[in-house]
This record gives sequence, structure tokens and C-alpha cells, in this order.
Amino acid sequence: MIPKKEEQNTANVKAASSKSTTKKYLKPLEPAQRKSKSNNKNATGYLFISPFLLGFFTLTIFPILYSLYLSFTDYDLMGTPNWIGLDNYVRMFTNDPTFWKSMEVTFFYAGVAVPIRLVFALLVAMALNKIVEMVGIYRTLLYLPSVVGGSIAVSIMWRQLFGNEGAFNSILSTLGLPTHSWLGDPDTAIWTLIVLYGWQFGSSMLIFLAGLRNIPKTYYEASSVDGAGPVKQFFIITIPLLTPVILFNTIMQVIQGFMAFTPSFVVTNGGPVNSTLLYVLYMYQRAFEYFDMGYASAMAWVMLIIIAIFTAVIFKSSPHWVHYESENK
Amino acid sequence: MKKTKTKKTLQHTFMIIFTLIMIYPLVWMVSSSLKESSSVFVDAHSLIPDGWHFENYLTGWKGFAGITFSTFFINSAIISVVATVGSIISSTFIAYGFARVKFAGKSVWFICMMLTMMLPFEMVMIPQYIMFNKFGWIDTYLPLILPTFFGIPFFIFLIMQFIRTIPTELDEAAKIDGCNSFQIFYRIIVPLIVPAMMTSAIFSFYWRWDDFMGPLIYLSTPEKYPVSLALKLFSDPNSVTNWGAMFAMSTLSILPIFVIFFVFQRYIVDGISTSGLKS
Repeated sequence: MIPKKEEQNTANVKAASSKSTTKKYLKPLEPAQRKSKSNNKNATGYLFISPFLLGFFTLTIFPILYSLYLSFTDYDLMGTPNWIGLDNYVRMFTNDPTFWKSMEVTFFYAGVAVPIRLVFALLVAMALNKIVEMVGIYRTLLYLPSVVGGSIAVSIMWRQLFGNEGAFNSILSTLGLPTHSWLGDPDTAIWTLIVLYGWQFGSSMLIFLAGLRNIPKTYYEASSVDGAGPVKQFFIITIPLLTPVILFNTIMQVIQGFMAFTPSFVVTNGGPVNSTLLYVLYMYQRAFEYFDMGYASAMAWVMLIIIAIFTAVIFKSSPHWVHYESENK
Repeated sequence: MKKTKTKKTLQHTFMIIFTLIMIYPLVWMVSSSLKESSSVFVDAHSLIPDGWHFENYLTGWKGFAGITFSTFFINSAIISVVATVGSIISSTFIAYGFARVKFAGKSVWFICMMLTMMLPFEMVMIPQYIMFNKFGWIDTYLPLILPTFFGIPFFIFLIMQFIRTIPTELDEAAKIDGCNSFQIFYRIIVPLIVPAMMTSAIFSFYWRWDDFMGPLIYLSTPEKYPVSLALKLFSDPNSVTNWGAMFAMSTLSILPIFVIFFVFQRYIVDGISTSGLKS
């Protein structure tokens, strides 16, 4: 309450002061003088963001356009790119089963792993939100997999964990269950990667937890007076109020899911029989093993468009399902 | 009273079991690093090593091809520290410009920055590689470090959010005292946003330390490898025979991350929570 009031006061004071300055000082200025003053401000602003602008043009805009150009060429890093028009795209869509396989694997991976991670993160965050004591310890320990999850060490460990003689099979046989060649079977290999992705639910969990803490307790109290049970409360209070956080999480996780590389590179290296050949891994192979830079650039553009469409759909649909509290606006 | 107590006990029992299952793989990795190599896969699930075989760490440290892990750790440290310092300085600078200075076209550039934040590195990886190849920067650290000096959108955003919480009266008071934008920046703002800079620095260090794809495509001389890439080679399933040593080096490779995490936990938790909420 108090900070809000203060903020409002500040805003009022600011508005008032800026108004009076405009009246008292700015108006009598000659137009030329005024211009030089705003030019000065512009110069300062651009100076501050100049590192970003430099990077933006040299490392983002130029590469993206260059990659678009390359996607219409045949280029193996030697000599000059050879313009071949739409050939790369035609080959990709009509004559490369591996491309379709990698697409299928990636969609399956992202489509299963992302929801699993988000649902998991939400459930754990809700459990942590209920508990009063030792929350810090649980939160820290449950966040640990995310902290180290991106490292090669974890991928290597995962490969051993699910290997034929790994801990997982060892647990199964101790329990008297049949063991399985998890990484060797094309049907199960992708699941080891999905479990690896789901296991790193920590960041999403923290974001959800912070979101849950922002929901006023009075809402729940009021609704239980009205006779709503926990399940109903979950659907009429928790979920709607969390939708902004869910929106943010979904977009970031979908992009991350589509871009996954290290796990499939290290744990399974795409195999067996390409069953875990994630899109970026195939793109990497095209670019840096076959030096097929044009084709790999075309692949990058296809993925860029897919991600852009996904993000646009999520954003465009958001007014229908994302609930922004009016008092925060 | 009694009922709530049983409920609580149940809750905690459930949470403890769940937490143990979640951290089991990590504990398993550490315990395997202490097992005798030949017994890593005997009763593989067991968390209690058959003895304390710290010699795995010594054997593993010897690395491969005559290069010890000292080299790899030093390389990783150089890359991570330089890139982190660079990215934090520039990101802070840029964030101040976006958060406090009014200038024409600001909202357009801000949108560009947010779009860059969502653009995955993999999308520009190939043209960047060709570019750096033309510059003759392959097999140097430049492609890994230099881009961070242009600011990291995620950190810019994080620091901006933090600057916005600082009352603008402070800036105005300083202005009356005769400070220009730069003096306001480093005398007033920077000291107040140290926590946000710390959060960004920690994330930056993590990402650089774990970065695998960058070194994989840019570095070819083993002497220049960071730990991540060296570990991948060291653990090649076709050549590994000493499993204990492999687990030992895996454990060591994430040790810096663990240490930083436990020391600076607060900054990380705060950082993630705010980044997700204030979007």
C-alpha cells in the first residue's frame, strides 16, 4: 500500500514539475535551442545503447539476412556460395526423409517434454506453496537439477544412468522388474531425453512459486466462504491468476524445447536409427559434418519460421486465456 | 490439532521422498566417482561406494593426450570470467540507456532487443561461424567471448527491471547537483543495482561455463578446450575404460557451479522469480 501511494505521489510531483518546467523554461526557448537540447538527449541515449546496436546489426541482423541468402545457395565454406534458388528447400521437403524424421522427433520431444516440465513445475510449486517449514531446503534441492542440467556432466551421467548396466536397470532388477535397453531401443531412447528435460523443472518452478505467492490469500478465503473446494479454487483462482506467468513460461520453454541439442548429441547422438535426432542436431550435422552450409541455413530458416508462428499463435491467443489483474494494470 | 499434524507429517514425508528421487541422479554421479572403476556397474544403483577411491580424481585429472584437466579448467575460467565481465558491463550500460534516458526511437530498439532475446543462438550460428571464419577467428576464444561484449538481452532486461524500481527523484536530485547522465549512471545507479548485476553475472558464468556448442564448433586444438568440450571427449563411450575417473571429472566439472549456487543462492532465486513475473 505505502509504496504504491508514494509512487503515485512521485508521479504526481513529476508530472507537475515537468509541466511547470515546460511552461517556465522550455516555452521561451528558441526552436533551434530546443532542438539541440533534444538532440543532446538523443545522442546520450544512443551512446548508452550503442553496444547493443552494434551487436544487433553485426551479430543478429546481418547474420540472419546472410543466412537467408545462404539458404538459396550451395556452399561448403570453400570458394563462393553458388546460387541454386529454391533447391535446398525443395530437397528438404521432398527428398530428405531424415529432415522429416528430425522434424517429427523434435515436435514429439517438444510436445511431450514441455508440458511435462510445466505441469510438474506447477504441481511442485503448489506443494511448496502449501508447506510452511523447510520450504527453503526443498526449493534449493529441487532447483539443483536445473542449475547443473545444462552441463555436459549431467548428459554424460544420464547416458550411464540409463545404460544397459546403469543404475536405472539395476534398480528395476532389484525390484524384480524386467530390465530394458533404454538407449538402444528406438521406442524408448527419446523418453530418456524427455525425462531429462522434465527433470530440470526448477526454473519454471521458481517462477510459478513467485506467481503463486502474489495471489492474495483473501481470494481463497472468500471463495471457501462461498463453498468452493480446493479443486474448484485451483481452476477459478490459481490457474486464471497464473496465466501471465504460464504464458511467459510456455513461450520460453517451447523455444528451448525446439532448440535442444546437447542432450541428444551427448546422450544418444541421434540414434538409434535417428529416433532421437533432434532438429538442431541434424542441422549441426549438415553444417559441420557435411559442410552443407546452404542446406543447414535453409533448415535454420524453416525452424525460425516455425518458432515465429508458434510464438505468434501463443501471443495472439493470449487475450482469450491470459488474465491480467485490472488493479495491476 | 492432531489431524493437521498427521497431514503435515504426510506432506513432509511425501516431499522428502520426492526430493530424494529428484536428486538421486546427482548423488549417484558423485558416489560413482568414488567407486572402483570395475565395480561402478556392479549394483550400479547403490549410492554407497565400496571404498573411497579418491585416486579416480587423480587418474582423471591427468586428462588425455598429455593435457591435464588443469589446462581445461583454466581455459574455462578464462572464457567464463572475461565473457561475464564484458557482458555485465555492457548490459548495465545499455540497460541504463533504455530505462532512464529518453530518446527518439527508443521503443523500436527496445522491441528489437526483446526479439533478440527470444531468438535462439542456433538460428544465427551458421552465418556467424562463416563470418568469424572469414576473420580468421576459428580456434580462438574471440567468437566465444566477443559477442558478449555487446550486451546480453536477458541481462539488459533484468537490470532494466531493477533500475525501474529506483525512484527517479534520485536522478533528478543528482541532476540539480550538476551531474550529467554518465555521472548519474555510475555514481547513483550502479551502486544501487549491484544485486541485479550479481544475478546476471552468476547466470552469465553458468552459461559460459556450461557452453558446449560454441566451443564445439569454434575450437579445434585440444589445448584450448574448456572443461565442457574436454569432458565430452574424455567420456567418449568407445574409448572410456576408467568409469570412476570419468564420473570424477564430471563431478569436478560442475563443482564451480555448485559452489556459486550455494554461496549466491539468494540472487539466483530472486533473479528468476522477477524475470518471470514482470514480463
